[in-house]
Amino acid sequence: MRLTEAQSKALFRSVGLPTPDGELATNPDEAGRIAGRLGGRVAVKVQIPIGGRGKAGGIRLADSPNQAAEHARALLGSRIRDYVVREVLVERAVPISREYYLSVTVDRARQSPVAIFSTAGGMDIEEVAEQTPERIAKQWIDIGLGLRDFHARRLFDEGGAPAALRAELGRFLSGLWGLFNRVDAQLVEINPLAETQDGHLVALDGKVEIDDNALFRHPDLAAMRSVEADHPLEREARAHNLAYVKLTGSVGVIGNGAGLVMATLDAVQREGGRPGNFLDIGGGARAEVVEKALRIVMSDPEVKAVLLNVFGGITRCDEVARGLVQALSALGGPRVPVVVRLAGTREEEGRALLAQSRVNGVESAATFQEAARRAVQLATAAG
Amino acid sequence: MAILADRSTRLIVQGITGREGAFHTRQMLDYGTRVVAGVTPGKGGTAVEGVPVFDTVARAREATGANASIIFVPAAFAADAALEAIEAGLKLVVVITEGIPVQDMLRVVARAREKQTRLIGPNCPGLISPGEALLGILPGRVFTPGPVGIVSRSGTLTYEVVHLLGRAGLGQSTCVGVGGDPIIGTRFADVLQLFEQDPATEAVVLIGEIGGTDEEEAAAFIRRSMTKPVVSFISGRTAPPGKRMGHAGAIISGRMGTPQSKVEALTAAGVPVASSIDEIPQLVKERIGRAVAGRA
Repeated sequence: MRLTEAQSKALFRSVGLPTPDGELATNPDEAGRIAGRLGGRVAVKVQIPIGGRGKAGGIRLADSPNQAAEHARALLGSRIRDYVVREVLVERAVPISREYYLSVTVDRARQSPVAIFSTAGGMDIEEVAEQTPERIAKQWIDIGLGLRDFHARRLFDEGGAPAALRAELGRFLSGLWGLFNRVDAQLVEINPLAETQDGHLVALDGKVEIDDNALFRHPDLAAMRSVEADHPLEREARAHNLAYVKLTGSVGVIGNGAGLVMATLDAVQREGGRPGNFLDIGGGARAEVVEKALRIVMSDPEVKAVLLNVFGGITRCDEVARGLVQALSALGGPRVPVVVRLAGTREEEGRALLAQSRVNGVESAATFQEAARRAVQLATAAG
Repeated sequence: MAILADRSTRLIVQGITGREGAFHTRQMLDYGTRVVAGVTPGKGGTAVEGVPVFDTVARAREATGANASIIFVPAAFAADAALEAIEAGLKLVVVITEGIPVQDMLRVVARAREKQTRLIGPNCPGLISPGEALLGILPGRVFTPGPVGIVSRSGTLTYEVVHLLGRAGLGQSTCVGVGGDPIIGTRFADVLQLFEQDPATEAVVLIGEIGGTDEEEAAAFIRRSMTKPVVSFISGRTAPPGKRMGHAGAIISGRMGTPQSKVEALTAAGVPVASSIDEIPQLVKERIGRAVAGRA
């Protein structure tokens, strides 16, 4: 779960890391009032959990309360990528002399937390890593030992941090490390970490990503999930504990097991179609789960045909067939044609159930490939 | 022969009194696995499917001489269960549980490495050595003994491939599901090394997916030290960047974890990457033939 800038900065402040003064506004008048209180130049920044907000036109500078209100009027309610802007952060514009990058994240390959520092702050760090890798310093942190002083010394030495700033950088790193652990983060990042003209550091922007699997330990953070972040169907699927990702094609895909569903999407593409979604019903799914899955996929108006691809291990094909029949009877028949491919545990029983039910608009396919081909044909014909 | 587990493996089931634990204990017993004990705190002295239940792993091990454990404990308590098994000195720990926090796994994986415990998973289907032992939730009847080793990040996709291999007359030595999480105890390269040393394995099928760099590391290992043929498949080639595709680890983030990078690395290591799973049996057959002819 990715937090917004304002949420991330609230966490930074909670561990004593300074951020510029600012407040959230949900309407233009409020933005103007906050700008007036702060005085001088302010930044008006959309609060949506994506990178590159500046490039997307989501960050504007204002020299007066009126201008801040105008910017807020233009930004609030606008749509940037998949998000509708509901709030803006009005923040004092800080005069800065240099920008740095500092983060703590998980290195999958090394199976370790890693602290990253760069003097190329304010830029896309992946681009820096690719083009000027010598400007990025990394220090892997032994999870048992935790962050030690020597980690910080090595990181800032390797990264070429100015001597006068190293003590303050050390405090920022230890704050980030503490936060990383406390909130079960996958990433805590300050970019840019700005050096003000009087020689101090301030977190000008911030990004915190929390491990979804750890949210059970952090009910306060779970409540921060920005509701606009997901497609409505993704939210509905999550409420039913289904792994669903909305895509943009016309073939709805349902299967059991993430790897199998991904491979099914690939097969649809290879047959010349475009998958409309990813939906994994998981292991051992009962009929009710299959029914919900089908309802969610069918309620996507872009979907013109559905491909149900199941290899039964723990999952029983007869349960899947029962769920399909239940869903279709409840819906009064399928809105779009459904191609079903059942293999594995109780596949004969599953096929027999489908044959007996005599619901229209459902076809069986014998193999994975055949199912993908047929679903693409049907979606194309309907498209 | 097989890797990781065989007829002599003596298994503890942690979380045996839960719904999943009890169900799969029955399945594993039916397959012939020697499930010697179960562990559920507070349920010591009872039994599940005729298997005695203990309060701690240490007691269960003492009483039964177990050397491996499988974990069906809910995510909030699973890391603790895995650490308990490692501390009790078990040499193989398989974690089936899905949804364990990443930072918990960083600690468990680090501890397993220190104690030289082989940790498989989490969020995995376990492993099976057909005809020998099943330590997991894989449907036993799909598998047959034979010369092909399988290592995979996905359960159902493994069953699909095994089903296709079976129809082509190709059985399996051991199938290992390493799991779909970003931090896992045993990775592709580790399993490839075990297959390389296993006399019963003649060829290996590697089933990868988007996310992370395990496939790239496997390719480096194959190039460096693998003499047996490897055939691969990568799923998620159509997945959009930044979206988690069901598995916590299946995500293309920034420039990391793309299918192109995996396919390129494997191809460069001389590993054919099937564009569709039904090509896998033929690719394996050709290479087993070649490997055998090369030895003759």
